Order: sequence, then C-alpha cells, then structure tokens
Amino acid sequence: MSGRKRTLEAISFELVMTVIAVIALLIIIAPSLVVLIVSFTSGFSLRFPPPGYSLRWYVELWNAWQLHFAAKNSLIVALWATGLSVALGVAAALAISRSQTLSARLLDSLFMSPLVLPALAFGLAALMLFSLVGLPVSPLTLVIGHTVVCVPYVVRNTVAALAQLEPTLLESSAVLGASRLYTFRRIVLPLIRPGIIAGAFIAFMSSFDNVPVSLFLRDAATDMLPIRMWQDLEGKLDVTIAALSGVLIIATVALVALMERVTGLSRRLTN
Amino acid sequence: MGAAPASRDVTSYGMGLAAPLALFFLVFFVAPLLQLFWLSLHNDTAGLHWGLGQYLHFLTDPFSLGVLGSTLLLGAEVTAVCLVLGFPIAWLYQRVGPKLQTIIILIVLLPLLTSVVVRTFAWIVILGRQGIINATLQSLGLIDTPLKLLYTQFGVVIALAQVQMPLMTLPLITALGRIDPNLDDASCSLGAGSWRTFFRIVLPLSLPGVIAGCTLTYAAAITAFITQSLIGGGQMLFMPMYLYQQASTLQNWPFAAAISIIFLVAVLAVVSVFTTLGRMSRGYGGA
Repeated sequence: MSGRKRTLEAISFELVMTVIAVIALLIIIAPSLVVLIVSFTSGFSLRFPPPGYSLRWYVELWNAWQLHFAAKNSLIVALWATGLSVALGVAAALAISRSQTLSARLLDSLFMSPLVLPALAFGLAALMLFSLVGLPVSPLTLVIGHTVVCVPYVVRNTVAALAQLEPTLLESSAVLGASRLYTFRRIVLPLIRPGIIAGAFIAFMSSFDNVPVSLFLRDAATDMLPIRMWQDLEGKLDVTIAALSGVLIIATVALVALMERVTGLSRRLTN
Repeated sequence: MGAAPASRDVTSYGMGLAAPLALFFLVFFVAPLLQLFWLSLHNDTAGLHWGLGQYLHFLTDPFSLGVLGSTLLLGAEVTAVCLVLGFPIAWLYQRVGPKLQTIIILIVLLPLLTSVVVRTFAWIVILGRQGIINATLQSLGLIDTPLKLLYTQFGVVIALAQVQMPLMTLPLITALGRIDPNLDDASCSLGAGSWRTFFRIVLPLSLPGVIAGCTLTYAAAITAFITQSLIGGGQMLFMPMYLYQQASTLQNWPFAAAISIIFLVAVLAVVSVFTTLGRMSRGYGGA
C-alpha cells in the first residue's frame, strides 16, 4: 500500500462518508420497521410506540374479505403477467443479447422504454386502445398492461446473464455434435436460469404492486390489492392496513432471502 | 475450416426470436401511445375536431404550467437527496467485507421490492401530526405544537428519496466497483488529500454511474403517483395526479392525452439530457 498517513483530513473524510451512509441506510429501513411495530399495536390508532402489543389487527385482517378478494386478483394477474413476460422476454433477450446490429439496439431501447416512460400515461393510452377495439376491461387487459411494464426486468436480467455466458461453451457443445436446441436446453438454459428467475421475481413483485396501469385497466370486478390499500388510506388511517403491510413486508423479506440463496440476487443487480 | 462462421452461428440466436415481443409491443405499447397522441390533437371531447387546442390550453394556463414546473422541480430535489445519501452508501459498500456487502445490498433492495403503498403508508405514520417525529420532539419538550411535515414538499421529497434510493445506489455501486483502487492510492501518495482525491478522481470516474442513477431516480420520482398523492395530499398537485383527475374524474380524455404527451416529452427530454451527459462522461472517464 501507499503508506498513506492517517491524517486528520483523511479521518474527517471517512467519518463524514460513513456517518452519511449509516444515516441513509437507517432512513431506508426505518419505515418498514416502524410499520411492522405499529401493526402489532393493541390500540385503535397508529401511535408509535404502541400502547401495548397484540395480534388483534392480524385477526381482523383474517376477516377482511375485500382485501382477500383484491389480493387474489393481484396474485392471479401477477402470475399471468410474469409468465407472459418470461416467455416473450427470454426469447427477445436471446435474440438481441449478442447482436450488435442497429435493429437489435433499437429493439433493446424499445423493450426498456416502459421503465422510464410514465406508466400512468401508458395506462390511459392502453385503456383508450382497448375501448376503441371494443375489448372491455377485464383480467385479460390487466395482464396485457402489466406485461408491458414488467417485461423490461426479464429482458434486462436475461441479457445480463447471457453476457456472462462463455461463448466457447456453446462452441464446444456444437463441435461435439449437439444440436442448437440440445445445447440450449442442456448448456444455455441451466447457466442463465438464475438470471431469468431474478428477472421473473422482480417482474412479479412489480406487477403485484402496480397501481398506475391497473388504475385504468380494472373495474369493480377486478379490484387490485395496492389500489384497494391506496383508497383505504386516502379515507382513513386503518390499523388493518398496517397489519396487511406487516404481512407484505415479512413476505417480501422472506422472498428476497430465498432469491438471494437461489439466484444470488444481490450480485445480479450490481453487475 | 469454416470454423469462424460456424462458431458465430452457434453462439448467437436469430433476430426472429425477438419478433413475438416486438409484435406485442407494437400492438399494446406503441399503438396505444400513437392513439394517445392522435387524440391529444383534437379540440373536443368527442374527438371530431382537429386542432392544437389542448396543447395551447396547457401551455397558456399558468395553473397547468405550475403543475409541470413543480413536478420537474420535485424530481430534481429527490434526485439531489438520493445522490447525497446514496453515494456514501456505495462508497461504504466498497470498503467493507463481503458479508456486510450483502447486507448493505439487501437493505438497499428492500424498498425496491416492498409494496409502494406500504412504504408510503410508513411515511404517513412517521411524518403525521401524531407521528414519530412529532411525538419525539414533543416529549423532549423541543416543540409545543406538532410540526406540519405531512402534506408538505419536504415530506414528499424525503418519502420519495427513500422509495427511489435503490435506483440511485445500485448503479453507483457498479460504477465504483469498476474504478481501479490503485488510482486512489496514487492520488494520495502524490499528496492529494482524501477530499481532493474524492472530488478529483473518484467522483469524475464514477460519473457514468451517477448519471445512470440520476436518470432512473428522476424518471421514477416525477412519475410516482402513489407517494406523491398520499404524502402530498390534496394541496400539492403533480403531473400524474393532474393527468388522472382529467382522465378519470373529469372524463376529459383529449386534455388528459395532451397532458400525457407533454409529460412524456418532458421525461424524455430529461432522460436524453442525462444520456448525452453520460456519453460525454464516458469519454472523460476514458481519457
């Protein structure tokens, strides 16, 4: 090493950076912790710290059939949208990942554009199209709309996984006489599977949580969970919503931990 | 013999595999946006009379321009907060061992994957009149009456910054990981202090990551409908809610379409400015 002196200046720099970083990390996790704690309150209001602890709001949640109905709808739509995103997105990623042509780069920007364009504008546009062609709002229109905004995650993660794939592996497989399809099934797919799973996971989470597209493409029969929660929160501060939030936070942490083991999610998103 | 063309063949796939998604996007993404644009060029709600009336209405109406301006400003504020808080996280990430690295990443990822309504709801609990901040300050005797934190610009910026932090931090971590650590040591051994090394070496070299992070954070912050509406409340109106009100409550589709197009153009303009800066910064980093 450089034999750098631990000058006052170096210490001040490291202190400032570390303190800001720790504060920032606290700001990031504090809200989830607060909701989790408040959801176990024995009282009727969202006071912190709660006057006492109980599971009453989780019991209440058990009987909240409207939330169950909305959660079921959200789950079904998210599963379909994820499936469709994987089917369309992985195929597209295979096509564009190793190609340097103009068309490949244009398609790449097209497939990524839902990430930066306002989803609400797309939701309105999709509603207009569906009403023009006479397709009524239904779970089908929701799945289509969600797929458009979720597919970028699958494409991006699959392209990243393909970029790390050694081309020599494919060459050796071909030299040894394997067909393209066989090579794909036995070499490519197993190696890029963690990338596909990570992309599918993020796609699923963002569909399950989608508000701007659902807002225009659903009706009373297809009530969606985040919209139901949003509307409940605009009216009153309900402790049941805190319990539901608690369930969602615990489920998210559990899923993230699972994904970290299965796919190495943290490395995938920083490479 | 013939090895080169054959190897190119087996390592790449035909563009035909992109056709299904391309078709899907043409029908369900490009076509709707084109139709949105077409409708925005009509002066009446029924869509019978062509004209630029909706755009003229927006661009000559101080109220509409104010909504656009405050939305763009909001994006800038959130991006600045995310950069100031996110950069030290990325810096710390490069300094700690692998175990802590994973923990930092998972903490950063958590808001990205937690439901946006839940995250926003948490900020209502924290910033409310009887929320944690007010309750703490009152019990310490520092204030008599609760501070107004919810339904303020400050509240919206803080809540959005927390919600969008991963979008800033992840590209920064990637960018900092690509910087040769020897440069840091070289700068120091040549007599530059830590601060100087940071501003003259580390920051410029991480510019591609800074710009990628800023682009994502900015676009996400100005389109964040739920957080804007719940933390901002009725008093603060930003573009997404304006669009939604015109479309859903007032059923004024052509005007809503025009708002959408103006909003889209604004987002695209900001993104292309960032992208241009990004290209310039890569040239700078390579020099």
